[in-house]
Amino acid sequence: MSTVEKKNREPMILMSKRGELLPAWKAWGIRVIAFLLSLVVSGIVIISVSGLNPAAVFATMLDGAVGTGKRIWVTIRDAMTLLCIAVGLAPAFKMRFWNIGAEGQILVGGIASAACMIYLKSLPTVVLLLLMIVVSMIAGGIWGFLPGMFKARWNTNETLFTLMMNYIAIQLTSYFVAMWENPFGSNSVGVINSQGKQGWLPNLLSPGFNKDYGWNVIIVLAVTLVMYLYMNHSKHGYEIAVIGDSENTARYAGIRVNRAYVRTIVLSGAICGLAGFVAVSGASHTISTSTAGGRGFTAIIVAWLAQFNSVVMIIFSFLLVFLQKGAQAIASAYNLSQEVSEMITGIILFFLLGSEFFVNYTVRFNGRRSNK
Amino acid sequence: MIALGAACAIKMENITKRFGKVVANDHICMELREGEILSLLGENGSGKTTLMNQLSGIYFPDEGQIYVHGKPVTIASPKDAFDNGIGMIHQHFKLVDVFTATENIVLGLEGEGSFDLKKASEKVSEICSRYGFDIKPDQKIYDMSVSQKQTVEIVKVLYRGADILILDEPTAVLTPQETDKLFDIMRAMKKDGKSLIIITHKLHEVLDVSDRVAVLRKGEYIGDVMTKDADQQSLTDMMVGHSVLLNIDRPEPVDPKPRLELRNLTVYDELGVKRLDDVSFTLNSGEILGIAGVAGSGQKELLESIAGLYPVRSGEILFHDPKSGADKNLVGMDPLDIKKAGVGMAFVPEDRLGMGLVGSMGMTGNMMLRSWRKGKSVFVDRKGPEQLANSIWKNLEVVTPSTSFPVRRMSGGNVQKVLVGREIAQDPAVLMTAYAVRGLDINTSYTIYNLLTAEKMKGVAVIYVGEDLDVLLELCDRLVVLCGGQVSGIVDARSITKEEVGLLMTQHRKEEAV
Repeated sequence: MSTVEKKNREPMILMSKRGELLPAWKAWGIRVIAFLLSLVVSGIVIISVSGLNPAAVFATMLDGAVGTGKRIWVTIRDAMTLLCIAVGLAPAFKMRFWNIGAEGQILVGGIASAACMIYLKSLPTVVLLLLMIVVSMIAGGIWGFLPGMFKARWNTNETLFTLMMNYIAIQLTSYFVAMWENPFGSNSVGVINSQGKQGWLPNLLSPGFNKDYGWNVIIVLAVTLVMYLYMNHSKHGYEIAVIGDSENTARYAGIRVNRAYVRTIVLSGAICGLAGFVAVSGASHTISTSTAGGRGFTAIIVAWLAQFNSVVMIIFSFLLVFLQKGAQAIASAYNLSQEVSEMITGIILFFLLGSEFFVNYTVRFNGRRSNK
Repeated sequence: MIALGAACAIKMENITKRFGKVVANDHICMELREGEILSLLGENGSGKTTLMNQLSGIYFPDEGQIYVHGKPVTIASPKDAFDNGIGMIHQHFKLVDVFTATENIVLGLEGEGSFDLKKASEKVSEICSRYGFDIKPDQKIYDMSVSQKQTVEIVKVLYRGADILILDEPTAVLTPQETDKLFDIMRAMKKDGKSLIIITHKLHEVLDVSDRVAVLRKGEYIGDVMTKDADQQSLTDMMVGHSVLLNIDRPEPVDPKPRLELRNLTVYDELGVKRLDDVSFTLNSGEILGIAGVAGSGQKELLESIAGLYPVRSGEILFHDPKSGADKNLVGMDPLDIKKAGVGMAFVPEDRLGMGLVGSMGMTGNMMLRSWRKGKSVFVDRKGPEQLANSIWKNLEVVTPSTSFPVRRMSGGNVQKVLVGREIAQDPAVLMTAYAVRGLDINTSYTIYNLLTAEKMKGVAVIYVGEDLDVLLELCDRLVVLCGGQVSGIVDARSITKEEVGLLMTQHRKEEAV
């Protein structure tokens, strides 16, 4: 028997679930500490991989993301698009409806916007823009309705369904790109209405276009605020929360679960469709298969990191876009491959996700255990 | 504390375990003698399971020392526990449904080279025949009854060579007959030289099976008595710390009138198996109608059918509205329709967190389950539910840090108080409860019995689905006995004996006819 030998083998670390909820300031303190730690670890990785001065690298990141007025606006613009998608995904995920189909929903919203820009450019600006918003939301909503309805009626797997809807949307986009090809033979749509700028979101702070993206901010923040109220204070929001926890409890409480499923996923798709409008009308002014650009997946991270709290999502959207821009900047400044800079993003995300463990659990190290 | 005569299988010295500010075990010194059955008794939250989890390696004590067979040991993981011959049978089974008994038993065992399933199967058979277990090594778990699954868990720890067994509320899921069988097995294991600890709330079981009783209260070790020197009253007093009246007040129903009438109710489950077969009975206002039956005789389906949560194939559920005097057939309605029809239906389902409550929400959010739809506004009202949560928190002495603390992280008794409190607060016309006191300590159980009786005296029609026949006979006015989805008898609870009910529970109507 090795019992005696085992006597000294005690666990080094003891973990247990916290008996009560941590006050908010402590929880955020933990997250901030995690973020700072992640910078330290990233610094060590930077030195060991590239031999560069981490401080200079971080400075380059900062410069790449917010170094000039133009860069600040681009960072804000991209963060807003990401935020819009995340806000759209949150209700679906909170209901435990795995909407992997934001990419497709963005694309069809973008197609709808582009179609309006191309065919209805004679309409007055305000009418055209409002119409684009409505049509892109309808398109995204339809892309959500299909998997939602199938799930409600035949209990199909929404993850696969929404994922496959992405491919349909990509093929549709290719079709329209071919149809609207301009100039002929370029295999792209080119900038739509580059002359008249019909259907472009104008500057908010000054006349003209492409100087600021104030309207993107206003539209997306308005949606964020409305969704915050919807999720936290409306009856529908309550239904979503209950269904996400237990479908049986929802039925017990008199919630019509199938109806709520379809309604919520249509809403989710519609907001992602709106993100397609923001991306086309407010940023790229063109449509291509890369209009969504993987943001439909990145937004899933944003939504989960923020635990579906629309306001917290603002922070995480900015963080992710900031990291992305910074990573691109160091990649070009130091001639590093994009992968190295993405490692930094990975490290920071790892620490942020890991910090949630310390928010929910207490950890005690057993080194200085008093022996009475 | 040195045991006289018998040596100690386990000795715990000054075991202390804290969770945040809560001291779950406060310097506990306890021992388990070789070859005895020790009952560990205590109310909810008294620290029984925490203490045992430190023996089985799930928790590690903050302070204190454990000795196994006189040697000091460190149990830092379930594997250490097994190495020391300690095996725990948990309340919730940890089995893989699609595996056979043998496969589950050997799962996770480390072995050299290739694994010989056949040999393992023989060893399982050998253990089964030694103690009289009725499982087949090749039987799949999903084919097994609850009691057989529990047997697999027991064989699992025996297979790993445990000679100290800890059973955490093993009888909570068993019928009286299955319980007797389990106790026979426990006695056989004791005869074989094993030492056993059983955690249970049911005092008559303590008195029936154990040699010695150890009592915990609020994390402290109160003391131990030999079972032969104890009775229900003395144990309760030790456990609660003051005298508790152990009988249920049962006033005669006042002015009973038919409230709910079931006519030839028949339901099938998703697989097309008949779950309720031609069930008819009447529920009166101002009475507690008990539903007795072996687990899985259709109790769940019966209540869920009435609540509009289970599809009804044929039959009628008629609600006699006490206000308008009109009759309403509830078949085909979902819970929302029932509510809209003005039927005050309260339902405490068996699966508290899976059906009755939202685990991730606090008390307030859970109060809203019944009131969220109120009002024309698109926004929910939080103030009313918040007040209700506060009043339940205070009146039912729910232990929770705040009304926003997730109910999933509360203890079982407190979860049940939240659920029962909410359901009674809706001022229902019909109140249905399924296993309302399952897993609850004596004090909380009696709180619930009193609440139900108070509802009955208010003229509410109460259905009480229970498993403890003693309680059913003491609490209810009439009993409906279910057997295999059929009503095998409707009897007066005041005059029938426990044995007669037990007989009805296993007697099909069809057999009677033969």
